[in-house]
Amino acid sequence: MSRPNPNYENSFWDHFSKWLKGEYDPFKGRLETKTADEAVSGDEKVRDVDLRLADIGKYHVDMYEEGINRYVGRYRKLYRFLSVFIVLFFIGLLLWTVSALPGYGNPHEPENNIVAERYIEKGLKETGAVNIVTGMILDYRAFDTFGESCVLFAASCCVLFLLRVDKDDDPHSAAVEEMNDRHYEPRNDAILQKAANFLVPLIIIFGIYVVLNGHLSPGGGFSGGAIIGSGLILYLTAYGFEKTQRFMNEKVVKALTVCALLFYCFAKSYSFYTGANHLESFISTGTPGDILSAGLIVYLNICVGIVVACTMYSFYTLFRKGGI
Amino acid sequence: MITLRVVLLAFLIICAIAVSFSKDLLVSVVIYTAFGLIMSICWLLLQSPDLAITEAAVGAGVTGILFFVTLKKIHSIHTTAEEEKEDE
Repeated sequence: MSRPNPNYENSFWDHFSKWLKGEYDPFKGRLETKTADEAVSGDEKVRDVDLRLADIGKYHVDMYEEGINRYVGRYRKLYRFLSVFIVLFFIGLLLWTVSALPGYGNPHEPENNIVAERYIEKGLKETGAVNIVTGMILDYRAFDTFGESCVLFAASCCVLFLLRVDKDDDPHSAAVEEMNDRHYEPRNDAILQKAANFLVPLIIIFGIYVVLNGHLSPGGGFSGGAIIGSGLILYLTAYGFEKTQRFMNEKVVKALTVCALLFYCFAKSYSFYTGANHLESFISTGTPGDILSAGLIVYLNICVGIVVACTMYSFYTLFRKGGI
Repeated sequence: MITLRVVLLAFLIICAIAVSFSKDLLVSVVIYTAFGLIMSICWLLLQSPDLAITEAAVGAGVTGILFFVTLKKIHSIHTTAEEEKEDE
């Protein structure tokens, strides 16, 4: 029988067992610790307690932030990994798809079928358009182009819904004032105005040329309309809303777009109706190469050009001031 | 001709990367406009002038302008008028 050690609390085994249980602090009593301020009484004591409470709160905040930081850090790592992975995946997928596309100019590929042959061989005779692309999109596939024009119209309507500033509101309210940046206009920038003086007529005439020559040379309603629209935007930027609203206000834009779409719809419906039922049509293809040839194509080009130009212009004005 | 194509395609890739890596939104839009312009030349080299005209007008022109207007609306571009106002 061993007798109990009277000096057990300072023995090696006691330290060892405490170390095993996690109660042993090897630095206990060895480090220089800051003692609390002595002789605090009254208000000082309250302040001390407050400081300690604040310290405890800070400690909790630190713990909380640490937890959040750990969560956010894990999420960021996952985000980085996933973004790189998804980008690489789509790069690989697209490259793989491109490598499976038919070769350029190979006559035995499946896209060179009877449809393309028909377009190339009989397109000039049937549509009267020297530019086969225009003959295709405005005669054989005119219905698709009608859908595209309607999509543009619907897009400008949606932008109108989203960005319109209501006129019933108080015109001097802060929101309207912020939306409307017209009080900066016209800026009277001499360089811009001189350049616009020179460029705008050229751009608009080039746009009209592209629209009217759509069946003879590259171009057509969409590209010409976009060119005319950018010319109008340049003029608007240089001279402000006061001058452009004399000829392009909401009523004019609305009337032009709706008239062009309606004319397109009725003219092409007539053409499709007579063509599908083998009826006599008063529209002749004319002499290929003339400016007034190719049947309806010139007029349809003008309609598409009007729609596109009005859409571009109204996009810009809606973005600028929330109204056409 | 092949050299020109390779140079244009390299420019396209550089522009596409630079758009996403530039810090300033204004610079991004300018680079994007340059991307549209190079793309239109590529369409011309691929013998589709119709698309080239449309790309030059829409991709390089109108889209860039709409982006600029939007950036001005969200106060990402400081115009001279605003600077004058701040100076006062």
